[in-house]
Formats: sequence, C-alpha cells, structure tokens
Amino acid sequence: MAKKVGMEGSLAVSEAVKLANTDVVAAYPITPQTHIVESLAEMVANGDLDAEYIPVESEHSAMSACLGSSAVGARTFTATAGQGLELMHEVLYVASSMRLPIVMAVANRALSSPLSVWGDHSDVMAVRDCGWIQVFAENAQEAHDLVLWAFRVGEDTNVLFPVMVNIDGFNLSHVTEPLLLMEQADVDKYLPVNKYPLPLHPDKPVTMGAFGPPFIYTEAKKAQEVAFQNTKETILKGWDEFEKVFGRRYSPIETYQADDAETLLLTMGSLSETASLAVDNMREQGKKVGLVKIRLWRPFPFEEFRKTVKNANVLVVLDRCLSFGGPGGPVASEVRSALYDQANRPKVVSLIGGLGGRDVTPQNFEYMVDRGLEIAEKGSDSEYEMIGVRK
Amino acid sequence: MADLTWKDMEIGNIITTPGSARAYRTGDWRSDKPIKDYETCIKCGMCWLYCPEAAITIDDDGMYGFDLFYCKGCGICAEECPKKCITMIEEEEV
Amino acid sequence: MPITEVRWHGRGGQGAVTSTELIALAAINKEKYAQSFPSFGPERRGAPVQAFLRVGDEPIRVRSEITEPDVVVVLNPDLFESVDVTSGLKENGILVINTRKSLEEVKATYGKGHRVAIVNAMKIARESIGLPITNTTMMGALLKVAPLVELDDMIGPLEHRFGKVAEKNITAMKRAYQEIVVEGQ
Repeated sequence: MAKKVGMEGSLAVSEAVKLANTDVVAAYPITPQTHIVESLAEMVANGDLDAEYIPVESEHSAMSACLGSSAVGARTFTATAGQGLELMHEVLYVASSMRLPIVMAVANRALSSPLSVWGDHSDVMAVRDCGWIQVFAENAQEAHDLVLWAFRVGEDTNVLFPVMVNIDGFNLSHVTEPLLLMEQADVDKYLPVNKYPLPLHPDKPVTMGAFGPPFIYTEAKKAQEVAFQNTKETILKGWDEFEKVFGRRYSPIETYQADDAETLLLTMGSLSETASLAVDNMREQGKKVGLVKIRLWRPFPFEEFRKTVKNANVLVVLDRCLSFGGPGGPVASEVRSALYDQANRPKVVSLIGGLGGRDVTPQNFEYMVDRGLEIAEKGSDSEYEMIGVRK
Repeated sequence: MADLTWKDMEIGNIITTPGSARAYRTGDWRSDKPIKDYETCIKCGMCWLYCPEAAITIDDDGMYGFDLFYCKGCGICAEECPKKCITMIEEEEV
Repeated sequence: MPITEVRWHGRGGQGAVTSTELIALAAINKEKYAQSFPSFGPERRGAPVQAFLRVGDEPIRVRSEITEPDVVVVLNPDLFESVDVTSGLKENGILVINTRKSLEEVKATYGKGHRVAIVNAMKIARESIGLPITNTTMMGALLKVAPLVELDDMIGPLEHRFGKVAEKNITAMKRAYQEIVVEGQ
C-alpha cells in the first residue's frame, strides 16, 4: 500500500527522482526550483540516493553536464526555472537532437524584467519548440507521478527524447499537501533499467554531436521529427501501465464537466484545480461551463483535443504568458490553428492572466467566462486581452 | 554519403564507426604542394611539430616526409624550416 | 468539517511557515485534507511574512492566498503597526494574538467585528523552551480556538521536525492551549 503523507510539491519531485534510482543530478539552484535540488543534494550527501550530484556554475553548464552523463547511459535529472531555463536554451536543442533522455522539472517562473521570482508560463513557452516531450502537473501527486513516468517514457528505446515536467513555481512547488508516496517495489516494477542503445564507452567508441552540413542536416531533422511524432504511442502506454501499477489515470487532454459544456475554459498546470471550483459555482448558477486541461503539451495531442472541444460554442483560453504583438497567448494561438480547418469548432478567445505570480481566484475564472462569451458574441478589435490589470 | 536518406540516420545522428574521419581526403584541397631537399634536412622535426594537419611522416631512419593524402598545402612547414629545405610549388609544376 | 482557512502573520525566521506545515502534516496523518504554504517570494529574515493553512474533510482545490480567513494568528504584536492583520477576517472569525495585554485592551483596539483571543506566548516560550520563539506555542493557542486536529496529533510531526527539543515545544504548545483567554469563553 502506498503511504499517504503530507509533502511539499518540490519534495514530491525529489522523492520521485530518488525512487527512480537516478544516477546523476546536475543542477544550479534558482527560485522557485531551489527546494527540489536542495533536497536531492541532501539525499546524495546523506547516502539516501546513490548518485553523483554535480554542482555546476550555471544552468547552461547544468544542461551541458546532463548531456555528458546521459550520453554514457546514466539516468540523469535536473531542474530549473525562469531565467535558468532560458540560459539553458541552446543546450535544450542539443539534448533533444542528440536523443538524450534527460528528465527535467521546471518550476515555472516569470521572466525579467522587472525581476520576478514568481510563477507564470513565460519560461516554458519560450522553449516550447526545443524538441522535448513536455507535460504539465496540476498538484504534488501529479508532479510526483509524472517525474517517474518521464524517466520511463524518455528512456524507452522507441522514444529516446528528453522530458520536461512543468510544475507551477510556488503555487505547486511550495505548497504542502497530501500525497500518496510510491512504493519502491512498484517503482521497480514500472521503471526498467536505463539501457541507452549507443552509449559513449571506450570499448565501443562512437561520435556524438557531429557536424551536419547542408547535405545531411535536413535528413537529420526529418529523422528527429518522425521519431518525435512516434513518441505518442509510448507516452500513452506509459500512462496505461502507470494506471495498472499505481491506479492513477493520466491522459493527454483531461476535462472537468466538459461533456455537455457550451463554454469551455482551457488551463494548464496548477490553476486547473482553482478553475474547477469556478466551474462548480457556475454550474450551480445553471451555466453550462466546463474545463479542459492540456496535460501533454508536446507532442501536442491534436486528435484528442479536437474531439474534446468540438461541441462547445466558445473556448476561453487562459495563457500565463504574453506573445508580444503576436496572434494571442501561445496556447490560444496554437489551439486556434489546431481548430482552423475543422467543420465543428468553438470560437477561441485568448485571455492573458496570472502573470508573475498574480493570484487567479475562482471569481477571476468566472469573470473570464463572462468576458469570453461577450468577446465571442460581439467580437473584439484585438487578438487577445490581458485580464486583471488595474486601470 | 550524399545519398543517405533520413531513414539511414542513426539515433541522434551518432556515427558508429570510430575514426571515420581518417577516410576523408583533404589532400585534394591543395593548390601548392611541398617538395624537399633531403640533402639539406637536418631531421630537426620542426616541420612535424608545426604541421596543423599531422601530415608529416617519419621513416625508419628518422627522415621526415609528406603524407599528400592529407596535406592541404598550407606551407607552414616551408615557412618554419630552419634550413629552408622545403619549397612550395604549384601542383602542376611537377 | 468544511474547509477552515487560517492565516498566520509573523516575521521571516519566526517559524510561521513551519507551524502551518506541521499542522497540515498532522491533519493529513489523520486522513484529513490539508494544505499549507508561505507567502510566496524571497525569504528575508525579519520581514513581515504570512503563512497559510487550509484544513478540511474534502479535497482542497483552491491554491490562492487566503484573503477571507476564519482565523488569524499573530506571532508578535508589533506587526499591528505595519500590517493590516485583520484584513478580510470573517465576521464570526477569530483573531489569536501573542500579547502581554489583557483581553479587554486588545478587544478595544483590534476587536471590531470579530472575536479575539490572547495568550502571552512570549512568556510561555521563554519559560518552556528558553527561547523567544513563539511559533510552536501559538499552535496550541490556534488548536484551542479551531480544533483542526487533536493536540496529541501534533506530537508526531513535532518530534520528527525538532528531535531532541521537541519535548520543550510540546510543553509550550500545551501551556498555550491551557492559558489562552478566548473572548466569550
């Protein structure tokens, strides 16, 4: 029986990394990710986790060290947030293109300036195209579960891609809440030994990260793209198997009261729980409102998404990130483009809020639905709208 | 190599044959090539030391020569030779 | 039990965050739902901080800060000068203060529209723990006015967190539970 404990979201991540018997952790501490790597450093120092902890001098070095350790076939973990993720940017592409199954937790944080250590999704949206599998967790339990799942999926020889588990900075990383801690025996049943097929080894030398002139670069990218698209099957299998072992179900798109909903709210991450409270309130008022949550952000689950929203009239998307001068929040503009060619589709309204740690309350979500319906009906002269701004 | 398709790419574009760069002929990049007056050479090895391509050979008698499969004809050996026994000549001259 | 919302006010380093966490852990151990978190941001010793605690019998979905608390706990009385500690406190809510003042004095100044409870936690902490740190003492005071968990449920989490010095903290907590003066009781 899994044990129910109270635990901070950050520690839920660290515990999963420990249960996965991770070999190498290379990380640089940054708020609000700090508790994750602090606790891992402590586990290694106390001998509770038999791993190499590499304290590096920056996030760029953290990800670079992860490349090396993953390339020899070591199970490798790191974590970062905000500016740290952006400093890693170029190395993120190297990790995915070299097909190294690194697992990284991102305690999502706003980007400077003004300097903000608080949460939003600006950091991850700036790296959305880096070729990593990307998922969002809603609470500490999901953070705990998805980290373990990430190792299994990333290291599967049908996948071999790095995986990013997004947990909202502070709202998830710093909240103590109930959690079913996984049992080591179940973890061992679920997560096989990492067997990277072509590791760096002196007995069988290989060249990694070689030169790619124009005559071969396109072919290299095509191979990567096909392999990335093909990860979906293993991603889903990873969740099926997870349910069999641990009894908790995960899906690429998840919903709350969405089946008969005329208006759908769309969120990602820890705000989804708050949004579900707003849905309950509005349902009590007789409003047919539901909630759609994107769990799997990359590869984007087009089929599941289209099926989920096709009967709604209006889809109100809350983005916690601005795309300055663009076609809307990053999520909203992707969703719009996913629906553009569909015969049955809701109107998509792009709202931006919850930036830099601004609290989003159930009342705010009720406002979003009302405002979304108004824009859907009367139209708007802008592509997107920021909410909760003092005038 | 130019007819490789995307299906031929190893995972992460890994090159599994070690030392495959050895088969890459850089000798045909040359416009000038080195020739040498072996009588004047004192076997000091400065050419061997300076050659950026490791294209200077050594025979059993300790005499230095050129590996023209790799030599790019940069002329550094001729420049550095203290006895000036290496001369760069145009490929077509001989 | 519906969800009870408690907001703690203290200064960085006084242990408000630890207290909320320990009570949440005790509640979770007793198969309740609970959530605790600090006011988010950089950690600065001495700066006014808040810590939040929700306990109930149903899953807690809201993650926003507590703006309309059922109970407010104030770790040191000088905070009243710089922080509006009663902000949003519900009409039938209760303000629990560590103070040397009498209930009447406190009621007259800060007791508008809600109940007040006082305890001289600083005295208890100095006597029982030997340190002017009131966070564990104030847990006893809180649990008297809001029975989120039994007093004995706190012993496990306190021993786990404080080891050898847990005993003194437990004594302080129990004394506050006894010595607190609650308006109308």
